[in-house]
Amino acid sequence: MLEFRKDYFADERRDDLDVIGKGVQRQDMLGHVTGTTTFFDDHKMAGMGHLKVLRSPHHHARIRHIDVSQAERSPGVRRVIRGADVPRNLNTLLGLIGFGKDDEPSLATTKVRYRGEPIVAVVADSERLAHEALARVRVDYDPLPAVFDVEEALKPGAPTVNDVYPGNAFEYHDRFDHQRVRFGDVEAGFRSADHVLEQRYQMSPIEQAPTETNGSIAAPETNGRFVVYTPTQGLFFSLDTCAKILDVESNALHFVGGTAGGGFGGKVDSLTEPLAILGAMLTGRPVRYVLGREEEMQFGGPRSGERIVIKDGLMRDGRIVARKVTVWFDSGAYTRLTSYGAVKCAAHVPGPYTIPAVHGDFYCVFTNRTPATAMRGFGVTGVDFALECQMDKLAALAGMDPMEFRILNAYRDGDMKAHRREAKNTALVECVQVAAEKARWPIREEFRRASSRTGGGGERARIPPTPKDTSPPKRTAGGSTYTPSVAPPPASSWDRPAASPPATPFQERFAMPPPPPAPMPRPASSQPPAPPPPEPADRREPPPPAAPGPGTTRFSSVFGTRRR
Amino acid sequence: MSRHRGRGMASINYPIGMNLGGDPSQALVHSNPSGKFTVALSSIDLGQGMKQVTRQICAETLGIPIEDVFVDTADSDTGPHCMGSFASRGTHRAGNAVLAAAREARGVLLEAAAEELEVDPGDLETDGRGTIRVRGAPGKSITVKEAAQAGQFKQGRTIAGRGIFLVPLSPVDPETGEMSPATCYAHAAMVAEVEVDDETGVVTVVRLDSAYELGRALNPRMVEQQLVGGAWMGVSHALYETPEPYYPDPKAGGRDFVEYLMPGPGDIAPHDIAVLERPAPDGPYGGKGPGEMCANPVIPAVANAIFDAVGVRMDTLPITPEKVLRALKAQGGARPQHRAGR
Repeated sequence: MLEFRKDYFADERRDDLDVIGKGVQRQDMLGHVTGTTTFFDDHKMAGMGHLKVLRSPHHHARIRHIDVSQAERSPGVRRVIRGADVPRNLNTLLGLIGFGKDDEPSLATTKVRYRGEPIVAVVADSERLAHEALARVRVDYDPLPAVFDVEEALKPGAPTVNDVYPGNAFEYHDRFDHQRVRFGDVEAGFRSADHVLEQRYQMSPIEQAPTETNGSIAAPETNGRFVVYTPTQGLFFSLDTCAKILDVESNALHFVGGTAGGGFGGKVDSLTEPLAILGAMLTGRPVRYVLGREEEMQFGGPRSGERIVIKDGLMRDGRIVARKVTVWFDSGAYTRLTSYGAVKCAAHVPGPYTIPAVHGDFYCVFTNRTPATAMRGFGVTGVDFALECQMDKLAALAGMDPMEFRILNAYRDGDMKAHRREAKNTALVECVQVAAEKARWPIREEFRRASSRTGGGGERARIPPTPKDTSPPKRTAGGSTYTPSVAPPPASSWDRPAASPPATPFQERFAMPPPPPAPMPRPASSQPPAPPPPEPADRREPPPPAAPGPGTTRFSSVFGTRRR
Repeated sequence: MSRHRGRGMASINYPIGMNLGGDPSQALVHSNPSGKFTVALSSIDLGQGMKQVTRQICAETLGIPIEDVFVDTADSDTGPHCMGSFASRGTHRAGNAVLAAAREARGVLLEAAAEELEVDPGDLETDGRGTIRVRGAPGKSITVKEAAQAGQFKQGRTIAGRGIFLVPLSPVDPETGEMSPATCYAHAAMVAEVEVDDETGVVTVVRLDSAYELGRALNPRMVEQQLVGGAWMGVSHALYETPEPYYPDPKAGGRDFVEYLMPGPGDIAPHDIAVLERPAPDGPYGGKGPGEMCANPVIPAVANAIFDAVGVRMDTLPITPEKVLRALKAQGGARPQHRAGR
């Protein structure tokens, strides 16, 4: 049941509008409920080929040899596509706006970096014939040690997952292996606090699970153009990604979409469009490439696993005086959008509270799993889980009601936030008050009377003196020196010198610790791990001036050529 | 062995839009010869209601009936650029672009009407039902259809408008993280009541009470759809789903909706929602965007309710029966707290 509380903020609002604020029936509702809405997969065409990909059975392996000769002779096969057929077989999605380096092939050629990575594509007259042809592809692999845990991946000697980022961390600002937030002096805050509580949280990956899986249908049009029916969440984002990978002008592609059967962030990556168009280019036929449910579930790019450590300084009266947050985002084998999710998380910390000292480190870490990507609440959902569980523990530590504790620490209009912008148009206090009222959860009069519009600003608007962070500007080893090219260098030069592979069995190395036996506060032994030591001297030469890869300078009609 | 009830709460905010390479959206609005309008976008309707929310913004701004507006999205040959439907940006960014385009189109429409009525366009008003009239002179009026026809067949005007809304890129400071990540924020607080079975470890969400502040609820039914559906997703995130149940060990992931667990119809809890509206100064009619945030407060509220019920802190998602039982065993059984809201 939904009710409006028009009594709140009535003086900031006009309520005399005509159709705004009315529950008018959606223009697409009849089509949806009668099954007549047109989705991308309703554009089936005569002579259409079906594309399927061969996926790696290994989490990490060198590819010694690929033999497609049997597959090419398989019945109904129109074309076998390999990495060498992809005009620009290395891309990163946010390269369109100059953020990050090209790191992901459309079809793997020399290495596979996650189980399920596409290696060979087949266009055949039916999906079944495509699957039968794929079963005839022979690939010789040399399995390599794999890493699945974000903190293990950052340790020296860990297997290099993504050769573009040899230290297994995305590189921020050409300088750091993480994004920083520094606001005030957290160490001084911890020293002055009555309680210090440090806790560790973990969320597993989550699948977006839309009803309609990823897919697309591409077909030749006139004038050398290709029409693409797609459920992408970003029409021009996908169009420009395809134009880059296929090395064509953006107006060679005509994207038609706009109606998707659910997305939740899982349809931002252009998972199928580039190969569907390439299939249409190479066969001259319409080509349909649709992920099956298992492919969508296992290889479609989930919400990343996130590990979060929060350390808070708390006063006896319930005020939080310092908050330190470290988050490791598990990006999987490639960057996709996780690099940005970590920045969004940095902007979100410390949550909707005014805390005079905030310190944050946000890592985008590469591991040998399906690349993660955006999902509803990107960069925020996981850390909100951690922050709000932490808030509950802090309230108990201060002996306060959890509602009153939120209101006491809530940000208010005029307060300075940790990313150094003034809080405006806030309404956390009122939400807590109304939720308490609805749930018949008693709070004291002084908290019922609190307002987001009063009590903020003044001393709370100040940017506190912030000590200079003197820790060395760690960068991912050798990351800046890598120059992406269309033809990858020989495989032997891609890897860090082989470290001795870990001898412990997988479960022992990576299993999560069991839940703690005692409630908080947890002993200080749950310290976050020390940062990895500085790189060996031979990796510490100053990097050459940032040489943007081809993907960072070329684009585009849409995004311009800005480089940060 | 018994079932224990507990309550937990959480409060959150959520940024509207993103901070990547600038955040623009564009819209085109034009009238056909009969005064029926089309909005052309390349924004995406994922089921969330992009088409309807921009349709209402256009109709409100033009001052014409909702039935006289349809939204066409998304064709890259006809729809102008939009970054896409993500980051809770659709209502705010595309909505603002439609607002600007509809304002421009309304200006032309009123000029066409003014020429026919031989009055100043500034003296005209729309009644929202298809008529343009002279303010203070109710007898003197013209229909939107007549004005559109006169504009296009007599006066040579395109009854059309263009709109763009751009939030420029804000650089992120490497050392301090200083940035302008979003233009406005939505807010929520959530109370979850759960029942924990200390024999099976199964957690049942009994009821949810929430308050959401969304700027303005442009279409309350679609807001309800988002908040109810999003809370379901939050329950699912909290208690059920992951493709890697033993993360970071990648074994044993679900491959379909039989193996990948999510709550079924019998697991849906009653959810009482209150909506607060503090209009965003830069939002279309004050709107922010409820899309992404609504799963977020449910997850910690459920975890905190489990602690209230049986005294174990569940700091790893999803909170499966196996994890609850292990935690209860390590603690030596349930220790109800019953401190929340009593």
